[in-house]
Amino acid sequence: MTTITTQTITFNVFRFNSETDYLPYYKTIEMEVTSEEVVLDILNRIKWDVDGSFSYRRSCRHGICGACAIKVNGKGVLACKERMNDLIELFGTELTLEPLSIKRAVKDMIIDKEDFWKKHEQVKPYLIDEIDEHPESENLVTPKEEAQLLEADYCIQCGLCHYSCPSLENNDSYIGPAAFAAAYRFNADVRDKATLDRLDIVNAPDQGVWDCVKCYECQEVCPKEVNPIEKITKLHNQVFEHGVAINNVATRHAVGFAHSIKKHGLLDEAELVRYSEGTLPMLMKHGKVGFKMFKVGKVVMPWNMPKSDKLDEVKALIKSSSTVKF
Amino acid sequence: MEKKLKYALFTGCTAKESTPEQLMSTYAVAEKLGIELVELSEATCCGASHLQDYDDFLSLVLNARNICYAESRGMTMVTICNTCQLNTAMTKHRLDNDPELKARVNEKLAEVGLEYKGTSEITHFLYAIIDDFGLETLGEKVVTPLSQFNIAPFYGCHNIRPSELQNETHGKAENPYNPNSLDDLIVTLGGVNVDYEEKNKCCGFHAELQAPKTAALLTGKALMGAMDANADWMVTPCPLCHLKLDTQYEHAGHAVGRDVKMPVLHMQQMVGLALGCTPAELGLKHHVSKVNFV
Repeated sequence: MTTITTQTITFNVFRFNSETDYLPYYKTIEMEVTSEEVVLDILNRIKWDVDGSFSYRRSCRHGICGACAIKVNGKGVLACKERMNDLIELFGTELTLEPLSIKRAVKDMIIDKEDFWKKHEQVKPYLIDEIDEHPESENLVTPKEEAQLLEADYCIQCGLCHYSCPSLENNDSYIGPAAFAAAYRFNADVRDKATLDRLDIVNAPDQGVWDCVKCYECQEVCPKEVNPIEKITKLHNQVFEHGVAINNVATRHAVGFAHSIKKHGLLDEAELVRYSEGTLPMLMKHGKVGFKMFKVGKVVMPWNMPKSDKLDEVKALIKSSSTVKF
Repeated sequence: MEKKLKYALFTGCTAKESTPEQLMSTYAVAEKLGIELVELSEATCCGASHLQDYDDFLSLVLNARNICYAESRGMTMVTICNTCQLNTAMTKHRLDNDPELKARVNEKLAEVGLEYKGTSEITHFLYAIIDDFGLETLGEKVVTPLSQFNIAPFYGCHNIRPSELQNETHGKAENPYNPNSLDDLIVTLGGVNVDYEEKNKCCGFHAELQAPKTAALLTGKALMGAMDANADWMVTPCPLCHLKLDTQYEHAGHAVGRDVKMPVLHMQQMVGLALGCTPAELGLKHHVSKVNFV
C-alpha cells in the first residue's frame, strides 16, 4: 500500500488581468502538497482556498482535451496529467506557475490562442476530396495505410509544442510544430487529394518546415507522443519525393550533405555554405566571419580537405541507397 | 587493477575542420585520464540532421555503416558532437526497434560486405567521463581547480532531447528541463556553475543559413543569459553550439541590441585546463572570441 506524504511547496504564481493590470506580477503562495496530487489540484486549491479571482482553463481532467496546459518552471505540462511529486523531484520545492505564453496572457493562466488556431487553419487540417454523394461502396483504409499516420492524429491541440517552440517564439510567421503535425496527418491519409496544396504552404520560406531549428522541444513536451519533429522531417521528405522542392538555400543545404559525403565522406563545411548560398551571397553574408575563422585556423583549404577511409564503399552505398533526386 | 577505458572515436566533421581545438583537447584529456581512443577513420558525416530531410533512408544507411565500424572493433562508439550523438543514437534506436527497417538497411550494407548487428553502445565523451570514468575519480586528478571562474554551462539540444534516446545511450539520463551533467562537471573541477534560463535552449545553429534572424536571436539570447548571470565564460559539449556562440556574436549582438561577445570553451578544454594541460595542447588560440584568461 502506498503511503501518502506531504510537503510544503512555495508557488510563484503568475498573475495578470489584461483589463485592469498594466504589468503582470507573481504572487507567492505556500501550500501543503500531497504525493497524490497533480498540478490541476493545485490550481483548483488556489482558486477555491486562496483567491477566487484566479483564472485558468480546465475541462476533461483526463488528458484528452488539452485545456489545462500551462508551464511549471518553464516546462510545458498538462495540469491534469502532471504529478506534483515528479515536478518536486525535478525542480525542488519552489515552483513557478505560468501560462503557456506570457506575451499572450489574458488573465492569469489563460492565454489568447488565436495565433495557434490561425496557423492550424492555415495548413488545411481536414480531408479534401471530391466526394461522391451517392457512393456504392465504402471508402476503405487498410490498417497498413492507417499506420502511415504515425500517431499524428493523436494531437489534442493543447498548444504545448506550439508555445515551447523557439522558432515560433522568435518568428511570428513560422507555422509551428502542431500545425505541421496536422498537415502531415492529412497528407498521409490515402483518401486526401490536397497533398501538393499543403506542401506549397509548409514549403514556403520563413513560415515553413525549413525554419525548424531542430531542437526537439516539440517532441519532448508533447503529452500524447505525437512527435511533431518526426512529422516535420516527413514533410521535408515529401517536398523532395513529390518534386516540389524550391531551389533555394534551405533545400540546397539539405542536398549539399549528400554531395559532400559522396565526395569526401566527411562534410566539406566551407563548400556546403558556398553550395547552399551561392558564391557571391556567401561572400557577402559570411565573408567577415569566414575571415575571422581563417585567421585563427578554423578554415580548411580545399587541398587539405580530410577524407574518410574506404570512400569507394561510401560512394557505392550512396549510389544504391539514394531514394530521391534533386 | 583498474580496467582501461577504450572507445571507438567518431570525430564527426567539425572537429576535423572548423573546431580543430576540440579534437586536440579531446586527445589531450583522454591521455591525462588514460582513456584510449581509436579513431573511426572510415566514418562519414552523420548528416547533421539535414541529410535525413533530403533522404531519410540514405541517412540511416550511412549512420548504420559508421556503427558497423565500431562494432567491428568491438568497442563502444564515443562521439564528441551532440548532433553526431543524436543522429547515431537515433539510427541505432530505429534499427534496433524495427526488424523490417534493419533488414532493408542491412540489404544495402551487404553490398559492401557489412552488417549492422546492434552490438556497440553509443555515448558522448561528456558521458564517458561522467558515467564511465567517474566524477569522483576525475576530481582526484584536478591539479588546477577552476575556482576563480563563474562558468555558464550550455548543454546543446541534441544531448538532452529527445530524452528517450538518452535512456539508451548513457547511464544517468538527465532531464532536459533541468539537466545537470555539465553543472556537476564544473563543480567537480572546482568551478562555480552559474544558472540561467537559456542553458538548455537551442543556439540556433541548424537554422543559421535558412533562418538567419531566428538563429541570431537564439544565439544572442544564450550569450546574453550567460553574461547576465555573471559568467566569465561558457562551456559546451557540442562543437556546433560552440561555433555558433564563438563566431556569430556580432550578428547575435545586432539581433538582441547588445555586445554579447564572451569566451566559449569546449567541455574538453575546460576539463583539460583543470587537469593541467597547456593552452597549446587545448588549442586555445583557435577561438574567434579570444580566451584571454590563460
